[in-house]
Amino acid sequence: MPTQEEIYQKVSSTLVEALNVDEDEIRPESTLQKDLGAESIDFLDIVFRLEREFGIKIPRGELFPESIFQGDPDFVQNGRVTPKGLAELRAKMPFADLDEFAQNPEVKNLSDLFTVALITRYIQGKLSGSAA
Amino acid sequence: MRWIWIDRFVAFERGKSARAVKLLSRAEDHFADHFPGYPIMPGALILEGLAQAGGILVGDANDFRDKVVLAKIGKAVFHREMVPGECLTYDVEVVNLREEAATVAGRVTVGDELTVEAEVFFAFLDQSRAAELFAGRNFVFTGELKYLVDRMLATFRPPAGEKKGPGPDAAPA
Repeated sequence: MPTQEEIYQKVSSTLVEALNVDEDEIRPESTLQKDLGAESIDFLDIVFRLEREFGIKIPRGELFPESIFQGDPDFVQNGRVTPKGLAELRAKMPFADLDEFAQNPEVKNLSDLFTVALITRYIQGKLSGSAA
Repeated sequence: MRWIWIDRFVAFERGKSARAVKLLSRAEDHFADHFPGYPIMPGALILEGLAQAGGILVGDANDFRDKVVLAKIGKAVFHREMVPGECLTYDVEVVNLREEAATVAGRVTVGDELTVEAEVFFAFLDQSRAAELFAGRNFVFTGELKYLVDRMLATFRPPAGEKKGPGPDAAPA
């Protein structure tokens, strides 16, 4: 089982290749879209590369859900995620750090959840799960 | 300009790899402008040829159910220029293949010499998504590309009981 630092390093180098960014642009808190310029097609590319790099299977929609709420009014009201929606997010993405998002749960801030640290935590969970 | 950048398949292993050839003729229009007095094959058109070969390879893997769209060139390295009169061999190999996308590793060689390496990423659009984006036009496997696919199938997967006819594009024995 690699350490968190080793996983982070590999995630970084994967993002360098997938997004054509410099390694020194990447920090744990960098968001994929705003900071690193990822476009929708890059998310799939990143999934492929992570699978290869770590020898794992990432089921469709597990790391990057394609459309989280489908406009369901139980989950989203007036552009904000409801408490029920937050619970859904916590269940679907246990690897996401939702505390800060929960302070101001606007739907438009959802993309900021997807950071380098989130991918690292996801991989860590994946690897410890498969080792169990 | 005709949008067909490989001439024929000479090997094809379903879902795994394929080899196509492309002959560079001085009569191709683009050589007049790229560049006047210094005709070299445009890199983008070489990548398009790799994408056509790779796209057919991954499209065939699910019987052309989805539309295969070139989404991204992950990397491309050009080792040298290629000029009229040369015969390019395009090798494509499936690196990843999933229901929603695929990655193909491509190499171009002239004789034994490696001239281009590239990684091509394809997205698959199912029929409903494709209809939404492109108003139902089947723009991928049509026309000359379809002809190429049909020749590939006739050569490498002839219907049972049918003798493989030579045909104009048959692979050499």
